[in-house]
Formats: sequence, structure tokens, C-alpha cells
Amino acid sequence: MKYTVNEKGFYGKFGGAYIPEMLYPNVEELRTNYLSIIYEPEFQLEFSKLLKDYVGRPTPLYLAHRLSEKYNTRIYLKREDLCHTGAHKINNTIGQILLAKRLGKNKIIAETGAGQHGVATATVCALMGMECTVYMGQLDIERQRPNVERMRILGAQVVPARSGNMTLKDATNEAMRHWINNPSDTHYIIGSVVGPHPYPDMVTRFQSVISEEIKAQLQQAEGNPYPDHVIACVGGGSNAAGAFYHFLEDEHVNLVGAEAAGKGVNSGESAATTALGKTGVLHGSKTLLMQTEDGQVVEPYSISAGLDYPGIGPLHAHLFDTQRVQFLSATDDEAMEAGIELSRTEGIIPAIESAHAIAVLNQLKPDPDDVVVINLSGRGDKDLETYIRWGKY
Amino acid sequence: MSRLKKLFQEKKQNVLSVFYTAGFPKRDDTVSIARHLQAAGADIIEIGIPFSDPVADGPTIQASNKIALDNGMTVKLLLEQVKEIRKSVTMPVVLMGYLNPVLQYGFEKFCNDAAAAGVDGLILPDMPLDEFNEHRALTTSLGLDVIFLISPTTSPERIAVIDGLSSGFVYAVSSSSTTGAKKGFTSEQEEYFRKLKNAGLKNPFLIGFGISDHQTFSKASQFSSGAIVGSAFINLLKESNNFESDIAQFVRSLKA
Repeated sequence: MKYTVNEKGFYGKFGGAYIPEMLYPNVEELRTNYLSIIYEPEFQLEFSKLLKDYVGRPTPLYLAHRLSEKYNTRIYLKREDLCHTGAHKINNTIGQILLAKRLGKNKIIAETGAGQHGVATATVCALMGMECTVYMGQLDIERQRPNVERMRILGAQVVPARSGNMTLKDATNEAMRHWINNPSDTHYIIGSVVGPHPYPDMVTRFQSVISEEIKAQLQQAEGNPYPDHVIACVGGGSNAAGAFYHFLEDEHVNLVGAEAAGKGVNSGESAATTALGKTGVLHGSKTLLMQTEDGQVVEPYSISAGLDYPGIGPLHAHLFDTQRVQFLSATDDEAMEAGIELSRTEGIIPAIESAHAIAVLNQLKPDPDDVVVINLSGRGDKDLETYIRWGKY
Repeated sequence: MSRLKKLFQEKKQNVLSVFYTAGFPKRDDTVSIARHLQAAGADIIEIGIPFSDPVADGPTIQASNKIALDNGMTVKLLLEQVKEIRKSVTMPVVLMGYLNPVLQYGFEKFCNDAAAAGVDGLILPDMPLDEFNEHRALTTSLGLDVIFLISPTTSPERIAVIDGLSSGFVYAVSSSSTTGAKKGFTSEQEEYFRKLKNAGLKNPFLIGFGISDHQTFSKASQFSSGAIVGSAFINLLKESNNFESDIAQFVRSLKA
């Protein structure tokens, strides 16, 4: 298995657990227990039952006729936007909260950028009756008011992160500090495939239900489980990790990661980590990271708050390094136009994150007889303000 | 023999190590603060390498990191400042920082240049033990002591491993927390210090995090070779209009 994590927590030269000693016991407890817990038959039963009855899985794999016609190819949309709470994020929070219960934890913390992971965490905490604290950058709190109120309605406490640029990176710092200060009763639900080992692998496994379903659904629809291309947007990379996972060893399937180029890859306002990043250490793992020559982390920019992260998960850094995944990028404008295009051709308003995955079709230029799967990771309700402000529709 | 080993051989108790962030409050204060600390009678200086994302630090040290970076502080500049410090300061100098700026500088180059500048020891709290093992021959050959942290939740087996890999001293974090001034110690903390005292470590250990005044310093020193003061000193630097007299007064009041 070329692309799975090794026993030390590395994907090739990326990954590991770069954490201060104060976090070591927590992370070690997770590391030694996560696989045995999540592969217990009872855990699997409870997890898949909740995914089915509560989240609404399997999500449809929908053949998008008019979009296909437009690009002269066969495009399927994996409808993660139809998950309860509006995005794929809940696949992971259900898994992690079941794990936290089995580890005897009764308090949950999380970080959030756009608020989707925060809402998904607040939701499962309400479901399980657990105390929930979500760290969110002060700037994001102002930009994503509706999600802040959703979390509060669900009973979570939303704590503003006021350090740094007051966005996702800083919220993650604050959540880690909280965990250092509350090591015994608290589980930290990281929302992406980032953080110290075993988080990247654990979150990937919880999200891998996406590609598992795609395979089965394509078998049924096309008589062949293998598409020619799978496209997913990459911020930290959790929906992409889930959409790619069961195709990683099938090298004839072209996997495409769509990053946020912001105002242009070289504009100085971008979040295209594979284009701009160098190997570095942030939030507990070694990965590709946007940083200065002196090793200070650079603040990324994207119109989409969910892609606004200076690194990518170590799995993706490895997939980039080995060229298993083709990384493309879309600018703010390209993504917004793709969002409007999907709305008009298929009647689906996508999250701006997911719109980046649609926007790279122009660069990918699939053949007429290709089967393309686009992971539609979330719906656009949360982004109405941004669509309105952009205004070109 | 390294400056740190010599210090602990001569001084078994009440060793005072003072932490401050390089380039704070002004970029070039790094050098004068070191001189004042020596004049005031501190035993070790620990200089923090500023980083944009200091996850193990509380608000005081976070803010000092941000100001230092805004002042234009870099690793390269810090190593030049250490050279300057070494012209008059004879006490041990330890650099403490997150791994990423060191990796970008180049780990080997950093060790070589730090040793050449007169650095005695390194504390890199997010460097995994496995990774250090790959560099151990280098730091040993350069005579750089490498100091690791232990916390109240570190198991006895792991304490033994960490003590085995450390040289100079071991940094015992007083509580499961980020850095920052706190009031006094709980009985659980004292119990943890007592266990460490009786654990038969090969290295001396210093207690850090939550040491802010004479009371916490002398209490910590009852169990250990001494203690490390950080946030309380950063607060003093932030307020001070006269480093020389304020630093002298600060060190005097801690040791009292």
C-alpha cells in the first residue's frame, strides 16, 4: 500500500506527530486505540446506522446531464451537499464522537473556519449530549454569522480566536491550547485530514465512505466501478481524501485536487498550497506549508473560508509528491462563475469550496467518453452572502 | 565540559533560568537584556525564537512573538545577536523554539551556526524524539546540549527515555497547561515534583510554567535544581522603562 500511513504515522516524508510533550499522552491514547475501536463490529454497526438514518447516506451519485452536455463528457456529482448539516463534514464528526465516547471523554472541542465543521460538531454533540466548545477566528465569526448562530442554537459555545489573523489557523492554535490545558476529559475533533498522527489517517477513514459509495454506485450505473477522473476541492483536504481513498491503488483512475488560487496563484493572495508551499511543520504534522523563507506561516487567502488554510493534509502532500494526484487551481472568479453555472444548468447551488472542483473542468478537458466524478462536498446556503456580494448573476 | 554541565556541577539549587523572546520589545533588545540578566545574577538565559503559531504558549508569550516578528526578527538575526551577547556574557545561553523556523534554516546548518555563535543548548518542544535521534551525533559532536520537556502526564517509562536523550538538564513543565503566570502550586503538583526528585534522573531538572515570583520560585527549587521564569519576565519587559534597574530588581525579588 503505497499511499497509506506507515506505523510511525508518515506518508512518505510527510505526517508524523510534531507535538509538545503536554499533548503527547492524549495523542498517544488516540494512536494506540483508534484502529481497534473503529473496527469493532459494534462501533461499525453504530457508525453505519447513524450515517444511514441520521446523515442520510448513501448520498446520491447523480448524472448531471446538462453539465455533461456542456463539457461534452459524462459527469456524475457525488451529492455530499445532501448530507444532514449540508456538507461531508458530518461523516467525520459522527465517527469521532463515537470514538470519544469509547475513550470515556465527555467534553468536545473543535476548530472551524467557515463554520461547517463547527456546525457538524455541535450537531453530534447535541445528538450525544456532550458539552461542545468551538473555536472560530474572530474574523470568521463576523463573516459567517448564520453558522455561528446555528452552533449556538445547537447548544455549543463559540469562542472567538483573537490571535494572529483571527481565521482558521488561529482557531486551530486555540483549540490545541485548550486541549493542552484540559488533557483528561476532553476530545479534540479535528475537522480535516490535518494534525498529528493519527488524525489524518483517522479522518480519512471516516470520510472514505464517500469513495466506497462512489465505487458501488458507478458499478450499478455504468457497469464499472472505475471512473476516469475524480475531482475534489482541497483546503485541508478531508472531502478529497474521502473521495480518493478507495481509488488510490487504482492507478488508472486520474485523481484531481482543486485548490483555491484566490486572486491568482502568484498574486500574493492565494491558498494554492501545492503551488506555493514548502515542506514544514504546522499543527502537529510535517506537510506542505505556505511560509516565509524564515519559516513563518503565511496567511492564505480565498473567497471560500473553507479553503483558506496555509497547509494541506500530509496524505495530500505525499500524493502531490508522488504525482498520484494532479493538482489544479481555480481563482475566486472562476469558482464563483462555476457556482453560478451549476446553479443554472442543474438547479444546484454549490458551496463555494465545491465550486472550485467544478471550475477546474475547463483545465482538465475530459474526453467525450470519459466518466468524471465531482465530489460536491457542500451546499451553497451558507455562502449566499458571498454570492450576493460577488453579484455577477 | 559544557557551560550547562559546569553550572549544575557547581550549583545544585536555586538555579534561575530566565526566558525571553528574541527581538522583543524592540528588535535589538535581545543583546542588552542578556547583559542585564548576567549583571543581575541570573544563571541561564533562554532565548525564544519567535514563531507565527506558538501553540504551547499562553497569551503573554504569544503577544511577544507577534511583536518580535513585526519588528523583523529572524533566525539569522538571532544568531548574530547571540554572537554579540557572547562578547560579554559568560553564562549558559539556550535557544528555545518551535521546529519550523529551524527546519527552514536547515537543521544541520542551524546546529552548526548556533554552536559557532556560542549557544550552549537547544529546546525544541515539538521535535519528536525519533527525529532527534537522527541528529544526535551532530549535536553531540558540536557540544550542544539538547533539553526535552516532561509534563505531569508523562509516564515514568517515557520520563526515563527523555532523561536518557536529554543533556544539560530536563525541563519539567509544572502543570498540564500552556505557558503563563499562575498563583502557587497545588498539592498534586508538589506530589509530581517530589516523584521527579526521587526518580533518580541522570540530569538535573528545572521546573517551568507558572513560576512568577519568589514564592513559586523557592517552592519549585525545594524539589529541583531550580526553575524557569518566562511570562512574568516578558510582562516586566513590556512595562519597563529602565531595563537595567528593573531586571536587577526582578532577579533580586525572585531569589530574595
